[in-house]
Amino acid sequence: MTEEIIIAGFGGQGVLSMGKILAYSGIMQNQEVSWMPSYGPEMRGGTANVTVILSDERISSPIVSDFDTAIILNQQSMDKFEGSVKKGGVLIYDPNGITRHPTRKDITIYAVEATDEANKMGNTKIFNMIVLGGYLKIKPVVAIDNVIKGLEKSLPKRHHNLIPENKSGILKGMEIVKQK
Amino acid sequence: MGDLKLMKGNEAVAEAAIRAGVDGYFGYPITPQSEVLEHLMANKPYETTGMVVLQAESEVAAINMVYGGASCGRMVMTSSSSPGISLKQEGISYLAGSELPALIVNVVRGGPGLGDIQPSQGDYFQATKGGGHGDYRMYVLAPSSVQEMYDFVKIAFDKAFKYRNPSMILSDGAIGQMMEKVEISEQTPRRTPEEIEKQCPWATVGKPTNRQRNIITSLYLDPYVQEKHVLKIKAKYERMQKEDVLYEKIKCDDAEYILVAYGSSARIAQKTVDIARKQGIKLGLFRPITLFPFPSKELFEVSKHLKGALAVELSTGQMVEDVKLAVECKIPVYHFGRYGGVIHTPVEIFNEFKSKFLGGI
Repeated sequence: MTEEIIIAGFGGQGVLSMGKILAYSGIMQNQEVSWMPSYGPEMRGGTANVTVILSDERISSPIVSDFDTAIILNQQSMDKFEGSVKKGGVLIYDPNGITRHPTRKDITIYAVEATDEANKMGNTKIFNMIVLGGYLKIKPVVAIDNVIKGLEKSLPKRHHNLIPENKSGILKGMEIVKQK
Repeated sequence: MGDLKLMKGNEAVAEAAIRAGVDGYFGYPITPQSEVLEHLMANKPYETTGMVVLQAESEVAAINMVYGGASCGRMVMTSSSSPGISLKQEGISYLAGSELPALIVNVVRGGPGLGDIQPSQGDYFQATKGGGHGDYRMYVLAPSSVQEMYDFVKIAFDKAFKYRNPSMILSDGAIGQMMEKVEISEQTPRRTPEEIEKQCPWATVGKPTNRQRNIITSLYLDPYVQEKHVLKIKAKYERMQKEDVLYEKIKCDDAEYILVAYGSSARIAQKTVDIARKQGIKLGLFRPITLFPFPSKELFEVSKHLKGALAVELSTGQMVEDVKLAVECKIPVYHFGRYGGVIHTPVEIFNEFKSKFLGGI
């Protein structure tokens, strides 16, 4: 199994940390992982993206130009990455703020209303975990238990009290993701 | 097995330095290597191992602090990215001239000049052919994974002390910024002053009554004395070539063609090899790990049964010169580069390979 994912959105949406949690979860189940961020000037107040690769084999290139899955969280990223999903691949997006919806017919498109749901749950910070949940429902590349273990390992102890909230965000995302 | 952590390449260098028992780090921030200093400051090794971590007032100051620490036989290092490494060149030449061990880490970005902050391999010539003035070389390691960023810190220091010569880890923005899992080693204690005095009898650690004073200098005004000094240094580089070359061969045994690539380019080229193999094309990858000493003899051996080689690097053609020298014009060698911070894609490399060797895409 090799899963090549791009997560793209605004800086501050938790794009990079979502990727990090995914990568840590991969380590928890003995996968090879790589996490390659955009770190250019666009990150400073604009769009941010990260390429995460999870694999059972040694990962060759951490930089890829087409992806099994694209998780897209703003319009600029939609314009940039819709075309980069492999034929037969998956595109997951939050329709909030999207004016031009994806149109490709050769990939499967899912929506996860994470912004709305996070507002409803009264905690905008778990937005990215709702998105992650939506992704894991479609592509169960890592088990939710390993995501929790990954959080335990990557978060400092003083933040461990936030893990149950993150878990409920993931579960909510799994519930609300739907095919377009 | 040691503890597994998800780390950036830059953080891995910093963590490895702490765990290797390094005595001092002197640096100045610059993207894309700032996480080296940041990780050290966050982890405060000065409170645990006693390692000095200091943000100097400039790159020039940092490399001269390294000179001072190295003169005392200490394990000391600095890191920077391309423009900052240029500023350090005078100091690196003095380290080599004075036969001092040290580690310099270069997380290369696009250039020339101020350039940009994206990955590049444009500093190959600077790292392997001198860089500063005078007749010297560094022992240059090119990691292609975050684990190697970690592991090479220890190797670089081992060779620096073995040869009393500066070592360099030549990385780039991609390897520095990406995260992969890293196996963390046990803590090696820093050496005691007694151990340093024993292992580095040349170091300026205070003169006991039973020996002459030690002098650290690169100044020999008598040309015949200077020539002797240069010959001594030259002999070290020849010994490196015999004893400490590192390289990796991937699917070279039955290959008809190979890609030659190092660092991040080697990772991308590896995927090109996978693409080619799926189509039944016998393509391999030769990855120099030490860029100086370059694995010339080893590459020559591999090239004997080849039809051609493509050097893939993020520069306008630097390592390709060493590849051509190594194969002694026995097979055609071409170069494929991307420049200024743009990175090859695996498919792009494959198309270039086909157009050069298989008569078109």
